[in-house]
Amino acid sequence: MRLPVSLERPASVVADLSDTDDASVARTAFARRTTAKATTHALRAVGLLLALGLLALLALLSVAVGAASIPVGTVWDALWRFDGSYDHTVVMELRVPRTVLGVAVGAALGLAGALMQALVRNPLADPGLLGVNMGATAAVVAAVFVFGLTDPGVYVWFSFAGAALTAALVYFLGTRGRTGATPVRLALAGTAVGAVLLGLVNAVITVNEFVFDELRFWQVGSLAGRDLEVLAQVAPFLLAGIAVSLFLGPALNAVALGEDLAAALGANINRIRLLTALAVVLLCGAATAAAGPIAFVGLAVPHVARLVTGPDQRWVLPYSAVLAAVLLVGADTLGRVVLPSGELEVGIITAFVGAPVFIALVRRTRAAQP
Amino acid sequence: MTATLPRPARAPRPARAVRLGPLDFRLRPRFFGSCLALAALIATALLTALMVGDYRIPPPAVLDALLGRGERIDTFFVRGVRLPRALTAILAGAALGVAGAVFQSLSRNPLGSPDIIGFTQGASTGAVLTILVLNGGMLQVSLGAVVGGVATAGAVYLLALRRGVQGYRLVLVGIGVSAMLSAATHYLVSRAELTDASTAQVWLIGSLNARTWGHVAAVGAGAAVLVPLLLLLGRRLRLMEMGDDIAHALGVSTQRTQVLALVAASALTGLAIAVSGPISFVALAAPQLARRLTRANGTTLFGSALMGAALMLCADLAAMRLLAPVQLPVGVVTAVIGGTYLVWLLYSEWRGGRA
Repeated sequence: MRLPVSLERPASVVADLSDTDDASVARTAFARRTTAKATTHALRAVGLLLALGLLALLALLSVAVGAASIPVGTVWDALWRFDGSYDHTVVMELRVPRTVLGVAVGAALGLAGALMQALVRNPLADPGLLGVNMGATAAVVAAVFVFGLTDPGVYVWFSFAGAALTAALVYFLGTRGRTGATPVRLALAGTAVGAVLLGLVNAVITVNEFVFDELRFWQVGSLAGRDLEVLAQVAPFLLAGIAVSLFLGPALNAVALGEDLAAALGANINRIRLLTALAVVLLCGAATAAAGPIAFVGLAVPHVARLVTGPDQRWVLPYSAVLAAVLLVGADTLGRVVLPSGELEVGIITAFVGAPVFIALVRRTRAAQP
Repeated sequence: MTATLPRPARAPRPARAVRLGPLDFRLRPRFFGSCLALAALIATALLTALMVGDYRIPPPAVLDALLGRGERIDTFFVRGVRLPRALTAILAGAALGVAGAVFQSLSRNPLGSPDIIGFTQGASTGAVLTILVLNGGMLQVSLGAVVGGVATAGAVYLLALRRGVQGYRLVLVGIGVSAMLSAATHYLVSRAELTDASTAQVWLIGSLNARTWGHVAAVGAGAAVLVPLLLLLGRRLRLMEMGDDIAHALGVSTQRTQVLALVAASALTGLAIAVSGPISFVALAAPQLARRLTRANGTTLFGSALMGAALMLCADLAAMRLLAPVQLPVGVVTAVIGGTYLVWLLYSEWRGGRA
């Protein structure tokens, strides 16, 4: 049994081109990762469009399905000819914001996961590795424990601030020293800071049952009751994060070759790392603030995306975003109908629906490493 | 280079080869010194753990009680209550430290831990199910944890089996199964009565309250067999960190070593989790801390065992006395102490320009 999950891949390209200089070796390796036939690119684009179509269909279903089912025709009318009736109000004030938030949170988690795995070049990395999830959790515990707040609307700001502060601390620790941030150091710093926060959170919830009672619902991860206000609070951060990450594809392709070759290609590694980390914090911080910590989506979806696209980050990033949104919106819709009364949180369904699909895919194909 | 093979911190002092009969090893002063210091720390903490508590016992009385000639109440506290708890901490900590080092060495990944094959999550779900649904006592919970862990590890292995087990696939399947189990655990905890949920949560954090000689015997018997076995494999594991091909060329049968080490490390983790709860951070941090403290060129199993034991014992001491009379679960303190120490080590290492 082999466990070749090394953090950095041996640079096999160097060996057979040892008589050429670094830059040309790097260019060859870069081309090997990114060049594909025009038909392959076209197929990938069609696949992405199909996934987007599926997402649109699921979104429509998500608006229609719930405690009170609303016919798709009425949903359509409410969207275009709003008449203020009960059904139309439910659609516009509850279901549509929740669905849009589901799409946004899913896309953000998928993107953040793909960015994080590319940043630290570790397939076990999830977006929480920079301490985002633990920082958010600790901040929510602080909000309840110190300030006695129990309103999910307030949690949003606390968890976002906690996520940003923690990620900044991890990044600072991970970039100390002469060579700047390296994958191993970032991973270790994130793990260490996360552990300290987890210990503090556990200490608080052991001595205070009230905080534990609040936290045990928040930490499952749910979209229930999230309205237009929550969406408006996190939207700017999500949009900024998506905008930054869409430009990072080519740069991350260079980073994937390893530091030396990336530098030979003229990539500014430290700037790319900083921007990637910033995008992860914006995306994952806002998503966690809105829906609670849902780690599995960011961890698993990029692997599925790489199964479809191969290692080219320009395709991995958009595929991760769309597939993660499909998973999250689908899971949220399913969670509303699966129980006879009440609903099952989206964090639970994503794991129970996503994991078997993920395992089946992993069994079928040879997975590409980030 | 890979994580478990850092560049040597600074040019290490020359090691002297020592030959003692059939044994043949290199004497490295730094390694020897730090192991001695860790052993001294464990001894001090053990004595303190036997002394302090709501009922304080002075050191001479502790010794008398240990030898069975002290007052009856002293003997009861020292031999009946405090010694089994402290020994459980030491043994479970050592077991987790060694198991973590083996997993990190095999996966060549500092994030590698028994979690990657779903063992810890399986044990957690098994225990929480036993607490919340079956209303089991302490023994049943331990049993539930072991059954859950073994069943999960087996399921992960079988799911990853397809024309042989490919390591990367094993890890990914482990991630998927762990996610499902973790969701199930969260669901059970969020739907239970608050008091039951608190009990489950304390188990999930990891606690050493009310451990008896039965626990010591369970984890001690396992550790007595498995830890020496893994220590013997240590040299081969270090060679394998250089790559399977090099190890092969040096005469290591990589396949057999890997399977043997994985099974032994999993069994050790299972025992430790059964007696102390899923204190997985010890398995993650102890090998890293030990390697940095001893400045070893690679994973050090012996150092990891000492570090794990010291971490767990000191943490349990702090958990008992820090907020007395409130008793924290030991998992709280292992995370805070181990995490802070790791942060500090990383920070000073980089500031010193040794990274």
